Amino acid sequence: MTVDVQTTRERFEESLADLEVPVTRTEPTALESALEEIVREPAIGTPLEFEAVSLPDWIDDAPTPATLEAATTSVTSASFGIADYGSVVLPARPDGSEQVSLFPELHVPVLRESDLVPDMPTAIDRLGPVLRDGGSAILATGPSATADMGALVRGAHGPKAVHVVLLGDGETDE
Amino acid sequence: MSDAGGRRSKAAHIRRLLETEGDAVEENTIGFNRGRYESVADLEDYEELKSEARAIKEDAIERLPALIDELTATVEENGGTVYLADDAADANRYIREVASEQDADRLVKSKSMTTEELEVNEALEADGVDVVETDLGEWVLQVADEAPSHIVAPAIHRSEVDIARLFNERFDPEEPLETAEELTAFARERLGGLIREADVGMTGANFITADSGTIALVTSEGNARKSAVVPDTHVAVAGVEKIVPSVEDLSPFIELIGRSGTGQDITSYISLLTPPVESPVVDVNEPDVAFADRDDDREFHLVLIDNGRMAMREDDQLRETLYCIRCSACANSCANFQSVGGHAFGGETYSGGIATGWEAGVHGYDSAAEFNDLCTGCSRCVNQCPVEIDIPWINTVVRDRLNRGGDEGQFEFLVEGLTPDEEPGGIDLQKRLFGNYETLAKLGSATAPVSNWLADAGPARTVLERVAGVDSRRELPAFKRETLRDWYESRGPRIDAADAEREVVLYPDTYTNHVDVDRGKAAVRVLEALDVRVRIPAVPESGRAPLSQGMIDTADERASRVYAALAEHIDAGRDVVVIEPSDLAMFRREYEKLLPEASFDRLREGSYEVLEYVYGLLENGTDADALGGTDAEVAYHSHCQQRTLGLEPYTTTVLETAGYDVLESDVECCGMAGSFGYKTEYYELSVDVGDRLREQFTTPAARDRIVAASGTSCEDQLGSLLERDAVHPVELLDPRRRSGR
Ligand code: SF4
Repeated sequence: MTVDVQTTRERFEESLADLEVPVTRTEPTALESALEEIVREPAIGTPLEFEAVSLPDWIDDAPTPATLEAATTSVTSASFGIADYGSVVLPARPDGSEQVSLFPELHVPVLRESDLVPDMPTAIDRLGPVLRDGGSAILATGPSATADMGALVRGAHGPKAVHVVLLGDGETDE
Repeated sequence: MSDAGGRRSKAAHIRRLLETEGDAVEENTIGFNRGRYESVADLEDYEELKSEARAIKEDAIERLPALIDELTATVEENGGTVYLADDAADANRYIREVASEQDADRLVKSKSMTTEELEVNEALEADGVDVVETDLGEWVLQVADEAPSHIVAPAIHRSEVDIARLFNERFDPEEPLETAEELTAFARERLGGLIREADVGMTGANFITADSGTIALVTSEGNARKSAVVPDTHVAVAGVEKIVPSVEDLSPFIELIGRSGTGQDITSYISLLTPPVESPVVDVNEPDVAFADRDDDREFHLVLIDNGRMAMREDDQLRETLYCIRCSACANSCANFQSVGGHAFGGETYSGGIATGWEAGVHGYDSAAEFNDLCTGCSRCVNQCPVEIDIPWINTVVRDRLNRGGDEGQFEFLVEGLTPDEEPGGIDLQKRLFGNYETLAKLGSATAPVSNWLADAGPARTVLERVAGVDSRRELPAFKRETLRDWYESRGPRIDAADAEREVVLYPDTYTNHVDVDRGKAAVRVLEALDVRVRIPAVPESGRAPLSQGMIDTADERASRVYAALAEHIDAGRDVVVIEPSDLAMFRREYEKLLPEASFDRLREGSYEVLEYVYGLLENGTDADALGGTDAEVAYHSHCQQRTLGLEPYTTTVLETAGYDVLESDVECCGMAGSFGYKTEYYELSVDVGDRLREQFTTPAARDRIVAASGTSCEDQLGSLLERDAVHPVELLDPRRRSGR
């Protein structure tokens, strides 16, 4: 059966497809061009937490309340992803990454393929020490949504759309 | 509810809701219910997850005082404050103080049923604080000045058109709003502005972890995140029962809560906030200061609410309520709730099946009494609850306690001789009448057909309706002069003990014995066709009738007598075969509460639903030929309690083996639910619930089929809804029927 040989990444991508969330795989060196395809300006972001990878300079990485309100897209790093659910784990940091991921219409979480975990128990085990250390995080799955106005609508108080960027390890594919 | 006037006004209230809110509630709850079935089907270890969640809650409530201490220490160490409030007034006083210290003009809130319980909005508004609900559904209700009709989706009783009309009237936008999309965009815009200028943010909590002081919030809109992080002060309000020991305990709940509620595998946001959070304040007064350059001093207050919960913890029957994670599965899977929603099926704050426990515990028995009757004990919610709470049992216990607290019955003298129960004098006459159905049935058969003529005569029906609330629109069951046992005694067994494959005791339930004797005879013939020797001894009523009226002592006494009557048969190797699923469910489920464990186990293991038994015989090699030879088409409605026990596949399989083409209904309940549909105040609701079944059985694919149902109430309900007679499946296998005699 294909399920048996399905990798964690394939499972993650399949979960995102079920959620109708697009995903782009890219190597760190090609991140900028990948973002050019996805991002609608004005764009803000917070510094990516990965070594040797940074946001292109046309994304404002020192947002303020004013730019937060004005931005159309935000790009932030996700600590890890949960394959079974297509969730990304967004940390709350002093640089405002949590709010930045929430306000703009389109959120682009960037995460490393090596940071995918298969399921919820593994994800929560990984969060245990972080939370006990005073940290906070959001398990975000797809865009914000509501059915309170009589029909399902994407984009309630949070983003209308999410586009996940999955970073390879910088070596050859597969 | 012991007088005719009270019944009339209750009926009128229900009728109004059926007309105004019923359609929207039905569409939404049935959507959630279907979503839940689909979503949990994807979970390989669904049952294990439920047991795990249950175990965590049991342990947490057991250790609650210690966990409160641990959590308090953790939150304080993190830099927050914990206040343990005794009751609503105490909590509100503290929250008002926090608001006044902050000089708060505006407080923004995310959805929280616990704050509804406290009525904190009113308390703050009295101090001049502008309280804004930011959950879109809650905001609709705030604008409309209404109470939630559902614990998760508070405005499901309102349609898109309804909300558009409300907003257009209230806000008079330049372009009138129409679609859900436009309404959402409008609300987002408007609420976004209000959140930006808020001084305090208030949230509830779905779970709180004692080891880290983390507030877990399960939401989809993103408003809880905004409410918690935009202002510099966060107040979280939560019942003490929300505490779990550690972060790792969250996992099963996260996997279960969205699926169980609205049928989503997971909601958009599971926020795990450990306040005071590191996220910077979004300060409108400093719009150009980069977040990274701020140095905020956030304030966090956790207000833990007792308000009756610690007493519930001491109460052996109500304690289970504290395990509830308020997912709403018990409401969405409830046939009555699907018709009327929380404005009828709810008390001061909470709604749905478990609300009885919550209301009794936090607001008192008067509030629970308002809607407790709406739980018919159909048990469809039992397997849906992610923490395995026996919700119908809690309803039964509260009903029993209400019976005991009731006023002296007005018409006591009328029923004294008819009601040899164990109940106190004050119990409502209607309940007493239905609870003692067995005595009525005995008398009815003994005096049939005169009893039937009398019962059906106009004046008698009028009195019965006025005094006991038995609706005259219902046909009463006609008692047979010759009971099943009489018939069998004169006929005798047709299988010799020496030739018999097995020997069984056919349980003569009250209805089969006195009213639908034909299905009993059919069962005998079917069993004999499979070489089973049948006995029909005298066995008392199972206790189902009194239990459904909340008469636990009477049911308890019945259970003992039933066990005494059956134990020797079981020991002699005879299987107990039961036709009526509601009685079998007593033996297999409710007797756990009424009998010693060993007795319960013995009866549970030794008793079978009749078609389950036939299935077992066929599986063990009995020749199915005796049953075969038809290709007729059947529309089959299983019984609610039969489905909870997972037994309906046996019936469909056996019918198919016999050659029938079976179409099965998928409604949760027929709406009759024993005596429920006979009661004047609930007659219309019962018909509305039944209508969903009627629709399924009048489609082109179903309307010409033979109608079969496993329960007596379902047979009666179907008979009157469809104006076609319904039969028990065992009658379809009856050799006599198949030979055309
Ligand atoms: S009782 Fe169970 S099913 Fe009902 S709301 Fe609570 S957790 Fe959900």
